[in-house]
Amino acid sequence: MSPKYKDGSGLTRCPPVDNLQVMQPSGYGNLPDARLDATFAALADPTRRAILARLASGEASVRELTEPFAMTQAAVSKHLKVLERAGLISWARDAQRRPRRLEAAPLAEANEWLERYRQFWEDSYVRLDALLAEMKQATTKRPRGGSRTTTKRKGK
Amino acid sequence: MTMSSTPKKSLEITTPSDEEIRITRSFDAPRMMVWDAYTRPELVKRWLGAMPGWSWAVCEMDVRKGGKYRWVWRGPEGVELGLGGVYREVVPGERLVSTERYDQQWYEGDAVGTVEFSEAKGRTTLVTTLRYASKDVRDAVLQSPATSGMESGYALLDELLASTAAA
Repeated sequence: MSPKYKDGSGLTRCPPVDNLQVMQPSGYGNLPDARLDATFAALADPTRRAILARLASGEASVRELTEPFAMTQAAVSKHLKVLERAGLISWARDAQRRPRRLEAAPLAEANEWLERYRQFWEDSYVRLDALLAEMKQATTKRPRGGSRTTTKRKGK
Repeated sequence: MTMSSTPKKSLEITTPSDEEIRITRSFDAPRMMVWDAYTRPELVKRWLGAMPGWSWAVCEMDVRKGGKYRWVWRGPEGVELGLGGVYREVVPGERLVSTERYDQQWYEGDAVGTVEFSEAKGRTTLVTTLRYASKDVRDAVLQSPATSGMESGYALLDELLASTAAA
């Protein structure tokens, strides 16, 4: 199964990661790490992501979830177990079809966590953009003695 | 949870070797200007580490070969996050190589960061390469499960969150 997230050059694009070191040690240390690990591990697999994407559009039975994949129902069930353990999906035990449904909370939590990693450099670089714009302006606008500006007055 | 970043400003993350992570981003300014923004503490403090609720506690940089730097941020409830290292190579406007180690380092060995500055048509591209002690450490930093699916994981998460009213 070739991962879709690789572009033609074989490069993997992902959010900035070195800030991960900045964020990890203590700043956000009160996050439930074990659950996040389970969430990320569950999300690492393309089939499981596809299953989640399917469930995002509505609940579905194991059979329905198996249809799009070249896999046995047993193989899909294994993936579903991983997703269940991560709390990403749940199912109604009393219903006959036992449809699986998406649980939003762990995803929101994982997204928030990842978002912070990425956001660190993203935000920093956006600030750097602003600083550089300011520096450029300061350079071009520096008044020089006796310089003739081309500012034109309106009217005469 | 917006993912809106214009393409030209978007960060690109690659793994050029087993021990490395590379971050590429371009800026609309000549490289000496970017160099200044990267190496002068009073300027660095203006942009690096824009975490909400955090502020600078220490920003010291002795940018010359063998010189040291130390950065400390103070966060909510007085939590401090510090890192520092030694400059190994300083070529103004071109190349900055330094070691980095966090106060609460959670992986083995120092990392070595190389920042390369190149300019084309008035735009400067920064290529930051972080080299870790081993592939294991690099992978730990990348958190391999997340890395292998991070980009698509993101896209998916966004999609899922958008389509799921509950939270």
